[in-house]
Amino acid sequence: MNNENDLPEVPEGWGFVQTMDRRDFLKLTSFGLLVICAIDPLLGMAGALPAQTSPLAAPDFNSFLHIGANGRVTCLVGKIEMGQGIMTALPQLAAEELSVPLSSVDIVMGDTDICPTDAGTYGSLSVRVFGPILRAAAAEARAVLVQMAAERLQLPVSDLDVRDGVVVSKTDRTKHVSYGELTAGKRIERRLEGQAVLKQVGAFTIMGKSAPRRDALDKVTGKAKYAGDIAPSGALHARILRPPSHGATFVRADTSAAEAVPGVRVVRDGDLIAVLHAHRDEATRALALVKATYSPSPSTLTHETIFEHLQKVAPEGRASGSRGNLADGEKLASQVVEQTYLKGYVAHAAMETHSAVAVVENGKVTVWAGTQTPFPLKTQIARALNLAPEKVRVITPYVGGGFGGKSTSMQGIEAARLAMATGKPVRVVWGREEEFFFDTFDPASVFKIRAGLDAAKKIVFWDNVIIGPGERGSALFYDVPNHRTLVRSGWSGNTGGMHPFGVGPWRAPGANANVFARESHIDVMAAKAGLDPVEFRMRNLTDARMRRVLEAAAKRFGWSPKPAPSGRGFGVACGIDAGTYVATMAEVKVDKGTGKVQVVRVVCAQDMGIVVNPEGAAQQMEGCITMGLGYTLAEEVRFKDGVVLDTNFDTYELPRFSVVPRIETVILDSPDLAPQGGGEPAIITTGAVVANAVFDAVGARVVQLPMTPARVKGAMKG
Amino acid sequence: MKPISFLLNGVQHNLTVDETRMLLWVLRDDLGLTGTKFGCGEAVCGACTVLIDNEAVRACFTPMSAVGGKRVVTIEGLAHDDRLHPVQEAFVKHVGFQCGYCTSGMIMGAHAMLLKNAKPTRAQIVEGMEPHLCRCGAHVRIVQAIESASAAMAGGAR
Repeated sequence: MNNENDLPEVPEGWGFVQTMDRRDFLKLTSFGLLVICAIDPLLGMAGALPAQTSPLAAPDFNSFLHIGANGRVTCLVGKIEMGQGIMTALPQLAAEELSVPLSSVDIVMGDTDICPTDAGTYGSLSVRVFGPILRAAAAEARAVLVQMAAERLQLPVSDLDVRDGVVVSKTDRTKHVSYGELTAGKRIERRLEGQAVLKQVGAFTIMGKSAPRRDALDKVTGKAKYAGDIAPSGALHARILRPPSHGATFVRADTSAAEAVPGVRVVRDGDLIAVLHAHRDEATRALALVKATYSPSPSTLTHETIFEHLQKVAPEGRASGSRGNLADGEKLASQVVEQTYLKGYVAHAAMETHSAVAVVENGKVTVWAGTQTPFPLKTQIARALNLAPEKVRVITPYVGGGFGGKSTSMQGIEAARLAMATGKPVRVVWGREEEFFFDTFDPASVFKIRAGLDAAKKIVFWDNVIIGPGERGSALFYDVPNHRTLVRSGWSGNTGGMHPFGVGPWRAPGANANVFARESHIDVMAAKAGLDPVEFRMRNLTDARMRRVLEAAAKRFGWSPKPAPSGRGFGVACGIDAGTYVATMAEVKVDKGTGKVQVVRVVCAQDMGIVVNPEGAAQQMEGCITMGLGYTLAEEVRFKDGVVLDTNFDTYELPRFSVVPRIETVILDSPDLAPQGGGEPAIITTGAVVANAVFDAVGARVVQLPMTPARVKGAMKG
Repeated sequence: MKPISFLLNGVQHNLTVDETRMLLWVLRDDLGLTGTKFGCGEAVCGACTVLIDNEAVRACFTPMSAVGGKRVVTIEGLAHDDRLHPVQEAFVKHVGFQCGYCTSGMIMGAHAMLLKNAKPTRAQIVEGMEPHLCRCGAHVRIVQAIESASAAMAGGAR
């Protein structure tokens, strides 16, 4: 450490997530420059951009940056790192706008005592929506520091430039002062007033270039800490009694045999019955000794009957997009195509199960949790324990995959309740069966699409009734003069008892199902028209951005026009998500004997605006496509009478190495558009592109996801 | 409870434990080695892969009775004197991870595979890594990393 007033030293270029406590941090900030930003991050997360910054009025200050006396910069963000790479990308934004070396920037994430309030890490918002806020804060900090340097050096601001954290005179290079020298011993608070002047794309030296991941060394050495790895001294592992099915109600439990096991402690706190032991496996064994009685679930639904049920009970819905008049459109149609599309429930199945560790000290609860929503979790814990919010701190270490599934974090509340009840630190690490049971699945979906073509092979009407997934991804970007999209229920909540268990956001919530249905149906119509699927899309598409993305994909793929089924096994699908345009092409082989689909090659082109970290963006695209092959080919949660039948990976099949095709990613140069989403868009086209390629290969239209061998064979038989 | 002695990351360990307990929880809860991850508890995901006498095993499904007298290597024992093992180096270089939760198991599995077959073909890598699950979809890069580690080790990297 260069200066006792500075931040703790961290390895060069490395982030840290849990090395500071608030007291230390507040002490430190009094000696450095603290940029106070007037944005309400909750608003920010909902979509507000820095243009919406208002003059500071509320006392709820939020600080995003700390510049220490040694010149090191710390980004403070309420977001979390779950593999998507923002621990690496966000410091790039700050370093760029501050004009400091990337290696001098650290990041603290997801700590509710240190970081500014944040609604959660989801929706591909971190770079797209939080990014501009962080950039604006950094740009303002830079401007403030240059003003301070001008005073110190007695030079006009116009004569000053910043290089690597040093403000230097343009005319006399011997005149300079570093950020560290400027901030030493001073506390300066500035508010962002108006809009900070952000750097232009042409001036970027850090943004737009691939930066090495900050989490690499931690993750390849086993040093990376996840919530379940936090082991406070004297901690007990808790295993919690769970019902056998959704809808089952608790009658009674006899815990005496478990209590008799040496080292075991049993907690009964209202609806929560837990067996605790210093070793998780011994707690698990003791839990098995609990004799519990539940009354059975009233649910009689299964993964096969669910689609009929959904159509019966879904609310009437509302039109999410419409134009013209369907009846007028139908009069123009020479061909009408109607089809129902189905998709089953899909699990998040992050490799890390929901985990949390809670410690109670001096009336304050600290919870380390694998969560996408540390701030909402803090509020929930405070409510559950009847504590003032300031008596709860949530710290988010590395998260072992989220995909939306860790937007709910019940395990954090359980750990806090049990720590309170026992007075001991408590670790809660869900088993895989708990993970499958309590997962908020991607909802099962039903689509009924009816659409017509005129003699010129243009789409003249489009009627899409959507049950289950909500509207995300359903927008019709083709030129259709008469269309209606009716959305009956969304992916959140459980209107009218539609689902026998929890449903919730799953990577690009709803868009995977919606794009599967729309892009399948577009291909069905292309086939009716006897046109090549790309040509048919182009004929019905004037959106310049989408045309450009589709052309880029076709060029890389080497697409040559041929109406499907051509026997080649080529497919195409397009979509828009989180502001990003995607066009994907795939080549598949179908085993006509077994119905098994092997995806051989995928090309994905994406216009995501300005790219902060191209290598990181490509990783997300590859991950999206690979993960997407799961819901496309095999993943479907099976259940009966409230019991989730899939409880582990022996029956629930994630994509394995042999499933993964050759993947080529194309990111379009798009310097005039601000950075858009990167963590979700490339997954949304996977179902449709494979379905369309299967049709092209064997002439069979598979209308239900996942496309299991049996369903493909069924479709081939007609 | 039974005395069990074994070599763990080159260090002799003498424990008195219930020999029916699984190695994973002894590593994590008794010995504080949390680099080995719990993913499924049924030997179907690979996150807890460690080496016993150079064979890849699932620690969640390996009772302590099978560990006595053996050499156990976990992810913590792979780097030497802060020098990464070539497989670790390659995972960094090719970014063979995202969330990192399966990574310890992936690296140990790849390491064990390369001990048996120093120059696997791409098809052999895919076959060898098939039991390992990665939800983030880093597969393409993991395969590249293993190819690269194999080449580096053939060139003399340890």
